Amino acid sequence: MSAVVDTLRLTAEEANGLLARREVTAAELHEAYLAAIAERDPELHCYLRTLPYEAGEEPNGGGVPIALKDVISTKGVETTAGSRMLEGYVPVFDATVAERCRAAGLSVLGKTNTDEFAMGSSTENSAFGPSRNPWDPERVPGGSGGGSAAAVSAGLAPWALGSDTGGSIKQPSALCGNVGLRPTYGTVSRYGVVAFASSLDQIGPVARNVRDCALLLSIIAGKDECDSTTVELPEPVRLPEREDLTGLRIGVPKEMNEAEGIEPGVAAAVARALELARELGAEVGDCELPRSVEYGLACYYLIAPAEASSNLARYDGVRYGLRVDADRFSEMVERTRDAGFGDEPKRRIMLGTYALSAGYYDAFYGQAQKVRTVIAREHAAAFEQFDVLVSPTSPTVAFKLGEKAANPLAMYLSDLLTIPSCMAGLPGLNVPCGLSEGLPVGLQLIGPQFSENRLFEVGHALERALGFDPVPERLR
Amino acid sequence: MAITREEVLHVAKLARLELTEDEVERLTHELGAILEAVGKVAELDLSDVPPTSHPLDLVNAWRDDEPRPSLGLDDAFANAPQREADLFRVPPTT
Repeated sequence: MSAVVDTLRLTAEEANGLLARREVTAAELHEAYLAAIAERDPELHCYLRTLPYEAGEEPNGGGVPIALKDVISTKGVETTAGSRMLEGYVPVFDATVAERCRAAGLSVLGKTNTDEFAMGSSTENSAFGPSRNPWDPERVPGGSGGGSAAAVSAGLAPWALGSDTGGSIKQPSALCGNVGLRPTYGTVSRYGVVAFASSLDQIGPVARNVRDCALLLSIIAGKDECDSTTVELPEPVRLPEREDLTGLRIGVPKEMNEAEGIEPGVAAAVARALELARELGAEVGDCELPRSVEYGLACYYLIAPAEASSNLARYDGVRYGLRVDADRFSEMVERTRDAGFGDEPKRRIMLGTYALSAGYYDAFYGQAQKVRTVIAREHAAAFEQFDVLVSPTSPTVAFKLGEKAANPLAMYLSDLLTIPSCMAGLPGLNVPCGLSEGLPVGLQLIGPQFSENRLFEVGHALERALGFDPVPERLR
Repeated sequence: MAITREEVLHVAKLARLELTEDEVERLTHELGAILEAVGKVAELDLSDVPPTSHPLDLVNAWRDDEPRPSLGLDDAFANAPQREADLFRVPPTT
């Protein structure tokens, strides 16, 4: 049955075609991915659990399978956010994005691995063990959404959903060689998604190419009355078709392209992509974001932990999740939280609590919020001259498991280039732009708020011209 | 910027975390290094800059105040560590 389905190469758009022409059934397609998972996931550990095919209501004859990051609540299916704190937690409702996927006929293949509470850049912080990079299993797939990104690259899902606070969609997509979008803040509902830092968290698609990424965004985007930060899109999502970039103005922020720590192979691949963009008709010019990069990381590591310390206060052993018994209530709460949270959530809860505590609030949290304004203003000024901004997504290619695990600050630097635009609520698209040392390099495209259609057009044209093969060499 | 052991214990108390002795020692060291890095934001004079708490220019999001079904009791208690009748049971507070 599934002999006709090459899950390594199949795009969601092609899968839709197979289903529409009745060359394959939704159940067969789902089974083909489960077979691929059974074959390759023991090594890669992209999935925390898989699900059998469930015949749903499919008014559109849908049925393309999808993987969901395990921070997304799925009714009746354990949702752990990669944490012991939520081991065995079975949501009684679907997240809005899960509901929209099901309503569009997508069948859920399973829940993908993540750094605990989406805190990390490698999935090594998952309480259930790390995922591995399909290009080289000795290396990390990035994080926190490493499970989703690795699953798409290894042909274990045609597409997937991730969540992004400071780079958790874009960075794993860069390290695994696929397309990931962090949408404009407010575009996609977070209802039913395990909260990390609420002024930053966004849900977004991970796919094998830009058109699939756009298609998946069109399924999940739009106002949701259960998340009052969401807004209606100013224009519908369009599947990109343009093949040239005539008239497009690309800005190259000096600080984001010359930052210390960018590997030469990464810089070279980005430079080649810019050269191609010129050949396709784009004007490429230099610009500056002087304080966004220099102060972005510090700003993020105050605001995100502060919000996390507040969001994670709900894990108290009372209503759901882990409880460690004790004779008194306060001891029960403190022991539960010590046992349930791993090292990284504890670090961030401590850091955030400190930054919000009396005497430090203004100097840390208050000051970081002002830096956030500076970052937004710098980006707005750059967009007066340019349509999109370009940089590497990650300063490095995928690093080895264990290489940064012992040094939190070194790990935090993985997100140096993805963080500034997140602070400003801007959309960012990762498009693979070549290999360095045999590993994928990601190109980051940043646009003004609600410019997703523009990012898709630029990404699509570049993707065609670059001709990057998203299938890991060792799996071809 | 250094953080003292006493401050770590104080913050752990605020955060309701019962840390082990090893964790207190490690966090004192790690938080000191991280605070030194993030303390960089203090270099900027931003007295004239307003803070940003939310990246979208949204002012209020109202909806009509209409009653509608909410989570039933069995669903609300489905993941409770300990239920007693229609209450969450916890150890004594005093």
